[in-house]
Order: sequence, then structure tokens, then C-alpha cells
Amino acid sequence: MPTKLPPVDIVIVGLGWSGGIIAKELADTGLKIVAFERGAPRATDPDFRAPQVHDELRYSVRHELAQNLRKETLTFRNDPSQQALPMRRLGSFLPGDGVGGAGAHWSGLHWRWLEWEHKMYSGTVAKYGRKIVPADMNLQDWPIDYHDLEKYYDTFEKVCGTSGKAGNLRGRKIDGGNIFEGPRTSEFPNPPLNQSHNMVLFEKAARESGYHPFPIPASNSSRAYVNPDGVMLGPCHYCGFCTGYGCEMNAKASPHFTVIPLAARNPHFEVRANSMVLKVNLDSSGKRAVGVTYLDARGRELEQPADLVILAAYVFGNVHLMLHSKIGKPFDFASNTGVVGRSYAYQAMGGVSALFNKDTYFNPFMGSGALGTWFDDFNGDNVDFGKAGFIGGAGISSGSNSGAPIGRRPTPPGTPRWGSVWKKAVVDTYQHVTSVGTQGSVMSYRQCYLDLDPTYADSFGRPLLRLTFDWQENEFRQADYLTPICEQIARKMGADQVLARRRRARYSIVPYQTTHNTGGTVFGDDPQTSALNKYLQSWDVSNVFVIGSSVFPQNAGRNPTGPVGALAYRLADTLKHTYLKCPASLVSRA
Amino acid sequence: MSDEKREVRLVNRRALLQLVGAGTAATAVPLAVAQGGAANHADSHGQPAPTPTAAGSTASSQPQAKPTYLFLNANEAAFIEAAVDTLIPSDEVGPGALELGVAVFIDRQLGSGYGRGDRLYLQGPFIEGTPEQGYQMRMTPSELMQAGIADVNAHVQEKFQTTFDQLSPADRAAVITELETRKVTLPTVPTGTFFELLYELTMHGYFSDPIHGGNKGKGSWKMVGFPGVSAVYADKIVEYRNKRYVTEPISIQDML
Repeated sequence: MPTKLPPVDIVIVGLGWSGGIIAKELADTGLKIVAFERGAPRATDPDFRAPQVHDELRYSVRHELAQNLRKETLTFRNDPSQQALPMRRLGSFLPGDGVGGAGAHWSGLHWRWLEWEHKMYSGTVAKYGRKIVPADMNLQDWPIDYHDLEKYYDTFEKVCGTSGKAGNLRGRKIDGGNIFEGPRTSEFPNPPLNQSHNMVLFEKAARESGYHPFPIPASNSSRAYVNPDGVMLGPCHYCGFCTGYGCEMNAKASPHFTVIPLAARNPHFEVRANSMVLKVNLDSSGKRAVGVTYLDARGRELEQPADLVILAAYVFGNVHLMLHSKIGKPFDFASNTGVVGRSYAYQAMGGVSALFNKDTYFNPFMGSGALGTWFDDFNGDNVDFGKAGFIGGAGISSGSNSGAPIGRRPTPPGTPRWGSVWKKAVVDTYQHVTSVGTQGSVMSYRQCYLDLDPTYADSFGRPLLRLTFDWQENEFRQADYLTPICEQIARKMGADQVLARRRRARYSIVPYQTTHNTGGTVFGDDPQTSALNKYLQSWDVSNVFVIGSSVFPQNAGRNPTGPVGALAYRLADTLKHTYLKCPASLVSRA
Repeated sequence: MSDEKREVRLVNRRALLQLVGAGTAATAVPLAVAQGGAANHADSHGQPAPTPTAAGSTASSQPQAKPTYLFLNANEAAFIEAAVDTLIPSDEVGPGALELGVAVFIDRQLGSGYGRGDRLYLQGPFIEGTPEQGYQMRMTPSELMQAGIADVNAHVQEKFQTTFDQLSPADRAAVITELETRKVTLPTVPTGTFFELLYELTMHGYFSDPIHGGNKGKGSWKMVGFPGVSAVYADKIVEYRNKRYVTEPISIQDML
């Protein structure tokens, strides 16, 4: 029997952006809050001190700040007819680990999703009719819209010191910003980062093509900045050690130095790092959570009773805990019923590499994680879905993020992979190549889902989560449509050679693509197609809330952190002003 | 006080040694070229090595102590030295992997947590999956490497009646090509898995920070023009648009 600890008011599972924001916003309630983090405690100094943090092998190649698969992983298969096998090495995505979560090592692309991206189903059907939605596609609206979230988007940008340029201030469209964005109440807190050479070329080529390029909203602070909470962010050095690394300057916004230390001002707040929550415990009715069971660093099994449990882990952790704890009806592929694990989605990365002549210098090592220029002319619902034959779109961009040479040793096509010819080609190409990339939306489908694996277990003895996912025709068509546009832009930028990077093939768990996984605990208005109500509360166990991109019904063609942070601020408001005053179901089941 | 002084002297001495090391690496290439009497490194002639091991001859052409291996046995070390020298030879474009210490890097990596699979899921059952499902064996990187070396040496023994490191550079390149193109089937380790591990570790060692034991004197960084880790470009990114930014690279060790 695990040792039972004295009860607390609130347990938060996972201490990244979501958990950190909730803990900080609830600090002034004075409630007893315990935040569990499976990984280690982290501080900028000494953990992210330069020069040691600028170690490409350690952070970018060996993924020091990501999940350790020896402890837990998932199994994967492309379709339900296959046997799923464990992801034994990290590859396709890199879930974070440690205080700050993936927020400590993200790139910093900080978006507000477009208005349509919160209403993909109704927005699509209104224009094209129901018939455009394929039978196997779980196209669904968010139960709230952009306007419900605007003030939270605004708060999160100010906390992060996001650098950018507004394209829609209270309905007034502004050239140079993203004219497709929803109306904003205020300008970005910091001006855009400085552009690298490839971005200048990209912007010009995009404008000449009639598109509307703008600087990517970057939570890499373009100047020294004090946020509304009084937290100082340093100016970005454009050091090129950003994605996958901690930031020694605190220029890349991260929960470990922004919201989490403020949460700790609550004398009743406690972080338990190196503590693995195994399960949410329910009472005998199965309708009420009574706390969590966890392993401490030594491996002692402890039970932490609590009145309220907030799951704020990564997508896979949230879904796994819901399934393993038997909260909500698990999705069953055969009968197409159940909700937990349903509607897993991903993101489709594509585009072209662009090789320039020897007189063009990109200095690829000058950059930051979110430094890039982007246009949305083919993103959101800006494409005519009826004519194009697919739903969704992609952002098209060119950026300067890293020149570290384990990751960057480009050669022209046809070059041998080793030997003297290869070496000369790397030297001749290193400075002269850039890319025009797409970041595409991915819809949810009946056949793409998460459930528990029948064979494999994690190091704690729990069944692994099983991922069933493959690219579908809709996303192939999207790539077929967008790649030639990237190619045209690259040519217009002046590239001598342009190489398409994406082709029709099955999804592979092996190469890194993106850590933008979504779904599995979707929020919505219908308990038949959502695990959570619109307040992110479990339909079935009303004192369990879930926050993170696991709540998205499908994925957009841009990064998820902006809406994840905004939803966390909204959830904190819901808890503070509504739920904690009268703990009950906030939406009655029809 | 005296402790402080000693520390300063120690740091200076270390910096000095590093400069000497860098200088050595830089002069080793022209020296080898002069001895070979041709434009290329002696190893690229395809002639039988004059000394027992080709790799040994390369190492001995440098006025440096022979590396001490912590993990690899003598046969494995000889294989790795010869293999990295074949994958990235020394030539007029830049330094080779062997002279940059990549064999030492691989030795250290295989003996570390990485080599022992400390971040891999290694629980069974072990079932061969699809390529999309990725690596499915129970071997750690160090086990893979050791078994693969034994496999390749057995193959070379059968074909050439000698070990890989004893082959001429041309024959070594031919064997590496066989591995790369999966023309030979190894008995223990799938050929592709072994080649890709060897290839990946060679690249990592050649291009990573010298703190890990490879890329001595920041040779590969100088070659491609990567300025290293002391990276403050806020005042340069605009100024150097479309202009080549060149500077002496800085490594982690340089800044400590």
C-alpha cells in the first residue's frame, strides 16, 4: 500500500507552460497546490549557463532536455491492422522533461490562431457544404472562439515579451503584419527581430508575388524587456543555439523563469520534481477524483489526496493518464465510439531547399528559434478548398535558426555521402543554402488515435500508450498544392537549384519532424465527440481538468504554444472565479 | 592567493597547449602532403601502406601521443581509426576525421551513457517492424558497434585474408561502399544499421564541440566557417547580410 500523504487542495501534473500558468494565476488564492514534474528542477543559472549550453551534441543531437524513453515511451503503427512497436529512440517529436517542460527548449514561435482555426468545421461547411468533409475526418469546432480567447492571447504575449508586428489592430488591417489574423486589442509588446539575408530575399519575393509576408511572432525578446509580472527578459543575441537548448539570456520566454517562480510566492505551493504521477485515483463511484499516486525520485510509491486534479502534461501524458485512470470513455476504433484518445493529429512539414550561387552568403549561424518571415496567404481557410480538393492549409516561411554543423552539412543532390568529394561539397555549400518551408495543418481522422498498448509496458509497469497514425489524402493534396508555390518563391529569391523535400510516403516515427502533436482529450460541446466540456473539465469526473494541445480537435498550420498558453490563462480564470466557488460540473450533460 | 595564481597559470598552460594542438593539426596536412609528394594526402593513393597499419601510419605522421582508448579493444580501435579515416580523409580541402580525434570521440561515446543505451527503450518483446517503426533491436549502440566491427572484419577476412584496417585505402573505400549500399549481408547486425551508426558517429565527432574529444583544434569549424559557441550576433545580423562573416571559431573549452 502506498503511503498516504496529508491532503492538499489542488494537484497539477506537469510543470511546463500550462501547469506553470495555472499555479501562478492561483497563487493569490493561498490554496495548497502541489505541482508534480517527472523531470529535474531547472534554473537558467546554472543549468543553462553559457558556453556549456551551446553544445550541439548534447542538446540538439542527444536531446538532453527531452523525455527519456528508458522510463516511458509509446508504441506506434501506421494503421490499425499492424502490430504497434515501441518508439525505442526519440525521433519524430521531442516531448519535454523537467521543470519548464518543452517551454524551456522550444523555438518561441508564438501564434494566435486565426479565427477560422477555432471554427474549422462550421467555417468550412458554411462555405463549401457538408459534402466537402470526408467520411473518416473528425472535423470539429472549438467550443469557444477567437474572441473568447483574445484577452488571454494578449496576456500570454505580454508575459512572453513576444516580438512581432500587428496586422489587425481592432479591425484595422496593417501592412507588414499578418493581415489575416483576428483583431487584436494591442500591438506586440516588442518590435520584430532583425531579419537575416534569406528573410529579406523571401519577403521581397513574396511581396512581388502578391502575398502578405510578416515577421513570425517570436517569444525571443528583441530587446531587454520587463513583463507585466515584473520579470526581466534579456535581449536575444541571435546566437543560433535556441531550438532544443535552454537560453542563458532569458530572452526566450520559458515558464521556468517567468510564471513558475511567481507561483512559488504562494507559501502553500510546492514543486515535487523527479516525481512521476502514475495514476489519478477515483472514488468507488468512478465519478470523483480523490488524488494521485506517484513515485518519488527514490521510487517510493506515494498517494497525494487532493480536491482538484489538473492534468497539464504533454499530449501523450494527458491522454495516458486519462486512459490508465479510467476517466472518460476510451475511444474504440472498431465501433467508432468513445472519446479519450480520439482525434490525434500532427503537423505536416514540407517545402523546398534553395541552393544559391557562391556570391550569396546567409551566415546561417546568426539566428534564433523563431526568427523567420512568413505568409498566411495559403493558410487557414485562405485556399479555395472546393477547387484545391483539401481542407486546411499551411504557413510558408523562411528563417534563420541554426548553423551548427552536425545539423547543417548540406550538399547538392548527387553528392556522395562521404569522402573527399563530399567534404568539398559541404564546404562549398554551407553558406549558400536556405529553405522555403511549409508548416501544414493536419486534420483528425477515425483511424488516427491513441489507446493503451496490449503488449508493452513502461518502466513503472503501466501499459504504454499506443499511437496509430498515418498521412491521409487530404494532407498529401495540401503538400502537392503548396510545394510548387514554395518552389516559385525560392526561384524568385534567386536560387540556382530548388529541391522539394516532401513526397508521398507513409508517416515515419524515425526522422524528427515537429513536436506539435495534438488531440486525444478534445474539448467540445458534445460529450459523444469530446472528452472535456468547454471549460476543459472532464465530462465524467468533474474535479479533473485537462490543459494542453491534447484538447485541440485538429491541428492548424502553425505552432500550438500560443493557444495552449491562452487556454491555460482562461482555465485559471474559470477555476478562480467559477469552479472553486462552487465545485461542480460547469456544463450539464444533456 | 597562491592557489589563485596556480589556477591562472593552469588555464594559460591549457590555452597554450590548445594553441599548440591546433597548430599541429594544421601543419600535419602539409607535412603529409610533402612526404607523399603529391597534391593529396598519402592515404589517398591507393598504395599498400608502408607500415603495418595504414591508420597507424597516419597517426604516427603526427607528432602526437597515440590515443588511449577507454572502451574499444585494440582490434576495434584499429577498425574505427581506419573507418573514420576512410569516411572523412585528410586532403587539401580540410582535415580528416582521424587527425581530428574522431576515433577517440567514438570511443568515449560508446563507453558513455549514450553508448550503453541509457535513453533507449530496450524492453521486449523484440519484433522486426516496418521501416516507419524505426529501430527494434535489443542492442545498445556500443553492442551494435562491437558486433558490427566483428562482422565486417570476418567479411574482410574471408574476402581479403586480412582485417579491415590492414587494407589499402582503395579496398577500405570499397568495403565501406559495400556497407553503405547494403551489398554485403552481415551475420549479426543488419548492414544498414551498422553503417548508419558508424556514419552518424563519425559526423558527430567531426563536427561537434571539441569538448567531446573530436574536432580537435576546431578543424571542421574552421573548414566550413562555423564560428562556434561564443555567439553574439545581435549587432551583426543586419551588417553581415549577404557578406561572409569570418572569425576564429570559439569552442566551449576556449571560454572556460
